[in-house]
Amino acid sequence: MKEHDSGTRTYIVVWGALVMLTVVTVAVSYVHLGMMNVFVALLIASAKASLVALFFMHLRYENRLVWGFALAPLFFLVLIVVGTLSDTLFR
Amino acid sequence: MSGQSTHHGPGAAGHEAHMDPATAREAATLGIWTFLATEVLLFGGLFTSYIIYRIKYPQIFYEGHLKLDHVLGAINTVVLIGSSLTVALGIAAIRKGKVGLLRLYLFLTLLLAGTFLGIKYVEYTEKFSHGLYPDTDIFFSLYFMLTGLHGLHVLAGMVLLGAVLFLAGRGRYSESYHTPVEISGLYWHFVDLVWIYLFPLLYLLG
Amino acid sequence: MQETTWNGEPLKNGDPPRGYLEAKGFWAWAYTLDHKRIGVMYLYTTLFFFLAGGVFALLIRIKLMFPGQHIFTNQTYNVLFTMHGALMIFLFVIPAIPSGLGNFFIPLQIGARDVAFPRINLMSYWVFVAGIVVILFSLVRPMDTGWTFYTPYSARTAADVTTLSFGIFLIGMSSILTGLNFLVTIHKLRAPGMTWHRMPLFIWSMYATSIIQVLATPVVGITFLLLAMERVLGVGFFDPAKGGDPILFQHFFWFYSHPVVYVMILPAMGIISEIVPAFSRKPIFGYKAIAYSSMAIAVFGFFVWGHHMFVTGMSGTAAILFSLLTYSVAIPTAIKVFNWIATMYRGSITFESPMLYALTFIFLFVIGGLTGMYLGALGADIHVHDTYFIVAHFHYTMVGGTVMGLLAGLHYWFPKMTGRMLSEKMGRPAWLLIFIGFNVTFFTQFILGFEGMPRRYAEYPAQYQALNILSTVGSWILATGILIMFANFVRGLFRGALAPPNPWKALSLEWETGSPPATENFEEIPTVTDWPYGYAGRQT
Repeated sequence: MKEHDSGTRTYIVVWGALVMLTVVTVAVSYVHLGMMNVFVALLIASAKASLVALFFMHLRYENRLVWGFALAPLFFLVLIVVGTLSDTLFR
Repeated sequence: MSGQSTHHGPGAAGHEAHMDPATAREAATLGIWTFLATEVLLFGGLFTSYIIYRIKYPQIFYEGHLKLDHVLGAINTVVLIGSSLTVALGIAAIRKGKVGLLRLYLFLTLLLAGTFLGIKYVEYTEKFSHGLYPDTDIFFSLYFMLTGLHGLHVLAGMVLLGAVLFLAGRGRYSESYHTPVEISGLYWHFVDLVWIYLFPLLYLLG
Repeated sequence: MQETTWNGEPLKNGDPPRGYLEAKGFWAWAYTLDHKRIGVMYLYTTLFFFLAGGVFALLIRIKLMFPGQHIFTNQTYNVLFTMHGALMIFLFVIPAIPSGLGNFFIPLQIGARDVAFPRINLMSYWVFVAGIVVILFSLVRPMDTGWTFYTPYSARTAADVTTLSFGIFLIGMSSILTGLNFLVTIHKLRAPGMTWHRMPLFIWSMYATSIIQVLATPVVGITFLLLAMERVLGVGFFDPAKGGDPILFQHFFWFYSHPVVYVMILPAMGIISEIVPAFSRKPIFGYKAIAYSSMAIAVFGFFVWGHHMFVTGMSGTAAILFSLLTYSVAIPTAIKVFNWIATMYRGSITFESPMLYALTFIFLFVIGGLTGMYLGALGADIHVHDTYFIVAHFHYTMVGGTVMGLLAGLHYWFPKMTGRMLSEKMGRPAWLLIFIGFNVTFFTQFILGFEGMPRRYAEYPAQYQALNILSTVGSWILATGILIMFANFVRGLFRGALAPPNPWKALSLEWETGSPPATENFEEIPTVTDWPYGYAGRQT
């Protein structure tokens, strides 16, 4: 499924969205929302990351195997964070 | 890098074309995603440190992020996103066999990547002139390690894309064979992905 | 074995066919893309460091015959035990089976002509060598930190930790590239008809191993990078004076180094799963259970790293959590042991060297595994932590497990790799000495540890001397056995009887090609119609 053609227009729309989201995330940082700032910033970053992965990296057109290889490290990233926090937070 | 090695492999008998082209392409794709998985966990150690120390020292992080120039950071984000676009367009071009267009887009990508590193250089110089070094405090340790490691990846990506640009000039890639272009492109997008997280984590969150 | 025919054809002028070994000379090896040659280069390199690390071990044992400072200074002792650990772990136990035997046999067992990325494979080897060279450079100011390089000491010692970190980073990169290659190879290059459930169990275990190599190794990479940067740039991640946390180093270190013990043991388990059915002439019992338990060990192995840190002052929450999770690894491990035993039950077992080592593996690894359960239990661990009990435990798993598995594999596949048979007459006494020597050396250390002798120190209270002398004598028996075994290898290489393609009448694909195999492995890629364990069993 690799040779699926995402047209030039799709790429430019995605790029536009990425720039927009960058502007939004900078703008939001000026508003004081407490802990919500972190949450919103990470949400926007993840939205941007998903756009890059799905469209620019063609994950949308890849099979389940590639999806598995792409997502597995995220699970282990969460694991190292949570495992380490289980010590440092409760020490 | 994974891609180039699967193909024109001369050498001992039995190694030429030990995979058919379709399998070779799938293998290369799987290979680069596996490699990116290792990259996630390489940065993972730094992200874990970031989370732990941010929770432990909110004040240091607040003061630290005020000392970064978030306008330059934002500009660099847009620059890097732009370079991702040009790479994607380059791949779309070679999929239609347009080698000239591929070379143009790769050239633009390298230009943007250079701009990114240039701005980074300005930022670093700025920090040093204010006496902010990797050993200043935990925040700047993290800042320099994260952006430094990322910068090295940008550099590696430039070398990779530069090689692809060079080989494209020698007519190595076509509509039917361009796996190395795709593979290097995936690597480049990953470098962009990391920055997408670094920017808010370092520059914006106080 | 009669030396006049080979592969059913009469030999001309006595020259055995040399298959992939045909091309000679340095460059034919250094530039080779052949997975078999790369595997052989890895084996030579890692076995060299096995011997080097072994010499360090013997020196340590000789010193430990005496309680006080003796023979050499305590600082020299610190260097020796650090070098023993670091060389054995990073340059022998981790790479030997995956990069050596794995490289050689994965393509052969799945019916492929090579790994997916032959050039990356070669690069991985040379990156490995580059890592070794860098590590050797660090010997100018040799390491005295222990192989774990714990901060804060490692950030301060005069030893050249920075150079060594870089070397280990390279070794890690090599390991990642190998794992990546194997994952893709197993996914994409299986012969037609070889479904996942027709794969040899060695392949399953290598797949699980590769997952760990790919996902855990980058973490140790960044850890050593940070350690080096702490020394060079003064970053403060692990430095309490700068607000850093030395325990964080241990978290990162063990996030890699615990899963990596499964990089050591899983391939060995794979080898045992090949040898046990072949020498019992019975189908493997519980194929799927063994296959899936490899995957389970790989994944569970990531959840338990904290059990190395119970006495660091980590939080009670984390300690209890990690202690509980540790038990989860015991389940898939036990599943394997029970299945091997069930495979042997009422089999027609023969006791050639590969099987002797395989049985030794099962016996010793059960002891290593069960003592691991004591250590996983929070309370018991705090009692015996940092004593010789731990030293005995991990030598039972790493030597009793990994090394016995490696030796089993070397004896099993020697005919395939070299085209020549080993001598059973030399092989059996060598095995006997190794078995006795190992147990005398290390079982005494369980007792020493339980009586409270602390590990890592050069000196110890005189009350422990008698058992220490016994342990040292054991190390000499062990060394004698290993020397005879290597003599057997050397003799086999030059004088061994010519090997037929399938001396053990085993059923996996590597035995369907010549001994040694041709460069392209198979004249024609075989089509697989069955699993490789359909041994009829000699009916009684």
